[in-house]
Amino acid sequence: MTSVPVPDRDEIAPARRARLWRQVLPLALLSPAVLVTLAIVFFPMVQTAWMSLHDYVLFRPKKFDWVGLKHYSAILQDEVFWISLRHTVLWIAITVPAQALLGLATALLLNQKFPWRPVARALIIIPWALPSVVIALMWAWIYDSNYGVLNDLLLRVGILEQSIPWLANPDTALYAIILTLTWQGFPFFAVMILAGLQSIPRSYYEAASLDGASSLRQFWHITLPGISGVLFTAILLRTIWVANSMDVIFVMTGGGPGYATYTLPLYAFLEARTNLDFGYGSALAMTFTLLLLGIVILYLKRSAKAVH
Amino acid sequence: MALGRKSTLRRILTVDLPMALILVFTLGPYLWMALTSLTAEDKLFTRGPSVFDLVWENYARLFANVGFARNMLDSLIVASGTVIVGLTLSVTAAYSFSRFDFRFKRVLLLQFLLINMFPLVLLILPLFVLMRQLGLLDTHLALIIANSTIAIPFSVWMMTSYINGIPKSLDEAAMTDGCSRLSAMVRVILPLCAPGIIATGIYIFITAWNEYLYALTLGGQNVRPITVAVQTMIGEYQVQWGLLTAGGIVGAMPATLLFLIVQRRLVGGLTQGAVKG
Repeated sequence: MTSVPVPDRDEIAPARRARLWRQVLPLALLSPAVLVTLAIVFFPMVQTAWMSLHDYVLFRPKKFDWVGLKHYSAILQDEVFWISLRHTVLWIAITVPAQALLGLATALLLNQKFPWRPVARALIIIPWALPSVVIALMWAWIYDSNYGVLNDLLLRVGILEQSIPWLANPDTALYAIILTLTWQGFPFFAVMILAGLQSIPRSYYEAASLDGASSLRQFWHITLPGISGVLFTAILLRTIWVANSMDVIFVMTGGGPGYATYTLPLYAFLEARTNLDFGYGSALAMTFTLLLLGIVILYLKRSAKAVH
Repeated sequence: MALGRKSTLRRILTVDLPMALILVFTLGPYLWMALTSLTAEDKLFTRGPSVFDLVWENYARLFANVGFARNMLDSLIVASGTVIVGLTLSVTAAYSFSRFDFRFKRVLLLQFLLINMFPLVLLILPLFVLMRQLGLLDTHLALIIANSTIAIPFSVWMMTSYINGIPKSLDEAAMTDGCSRLSAMVRVILPLCAPGIIATGIYIFITAWNEYLYALTLGGQNVRPITVAVQTMIGEYQVQWGLLTAGGIVGAMPATLLFLIVQRRLVGGLTQGAVKG
């Protein structure tokens, strides 16, 4: 048996302190960001869940009575909820594919060689930089029923016989805003997809041309698989973003005419803002979040299957 | 020669022309707004906007009557405050995520990504109640805190990906030369990711400048950022489109200019993760 040399205390202490420091340091560097997010994101979220189980109307702040799931069962009976849900589904199902297709076309064009490409690439993202309020204002002016340029153009070309009040007509209001949102969001897709396109090695295309593959087949077998990862991420991010987005609607129509442009987040927001009913508003916000979460999980599962 | 001309023509038809059409769609609404803002109010309804006889009248009225300068100052304070809070909290966290391995690292990093996806409406109600209880309603601080809910997670992600791009051997070299961990971070890594810090800061600034719903809910009277001011104008000056569009152009100007300046670096940073993933 050989005796292991035992280091004396003075040597242990610095080594141990160094090890402790190594363990503590990463957490110490992290803690400010984590603690602040806990305080300003997670704590409020829990509070929303808590408020949704209470009767809480802001002009009667003393009254905060536990009502359990009452608000949630009221939601199922609420006609406005179902209208808003239908609009939210339409809203996502039209806007996201429209943004993606327009973004794809733009990215494919920007990936070609032409003299003014840098200029085009810089200008294409302008809608992305504009405040939603300004976008809403700009398009409200375009859609204006008396002096708007859209009616003017369509009348001159002869597509319309009389001007349409795009935002005041319940049949067109939602679609008019969807066009605005498509305009706002497609540059994001264009930029993401362009980055994906540029990561596909040129040699793939050269080899395919040598083998006589048509450009359509090249697109199908090289380009699409090459950008599938980016497309997957971009669609996920945009779906969430479009679903949540309510500022453009809020400024353009405020949900009207009637309930024609209500979506779920807007309904929850208006319920709290105009009716000051924070209990019911919170329940609506929670319901919307859970539905969105369900869609995201479903999407992630299906895409994972498609990849494997 | 003939072949060259033919392929140029083909390129113009298949690339330049469609690209130009998309750009018309992209820029048209913005240019239309700019043109409207430069047209005298009385001409607007008789002849409509036109490129001949442009006037600055609407802009002069904007600053004289509506008091837009005050609103721009509010926006500036809120946006700068958010940049400072967002960057200070996230840079050290990003360094930690990039350089150390510890338990729950993936979970923690993922939660920062997830926060960015939470519906704003889920946070805006409790934040309103909270600010009311703290007596912070209608202060710059309330808006800075609210905007930080978006800024912190975003910049943690951006900065982590920037620092990941700086080789670890640099920290190690500095530490062999006698630097401690912290001074290696401050003296070596931070200067190297300065471009990343600036780009992230500018993006936070733009987002906070453009933010509207928090500004409307938590501010409004004393503190009225430019987005709220523009929206209020829509209500007050309903048919004065010249004045309204001038407000829109001015309100969007700082963010638009900043965006054009940093777009290349920013887009690179934003898309990096997605392409790899």
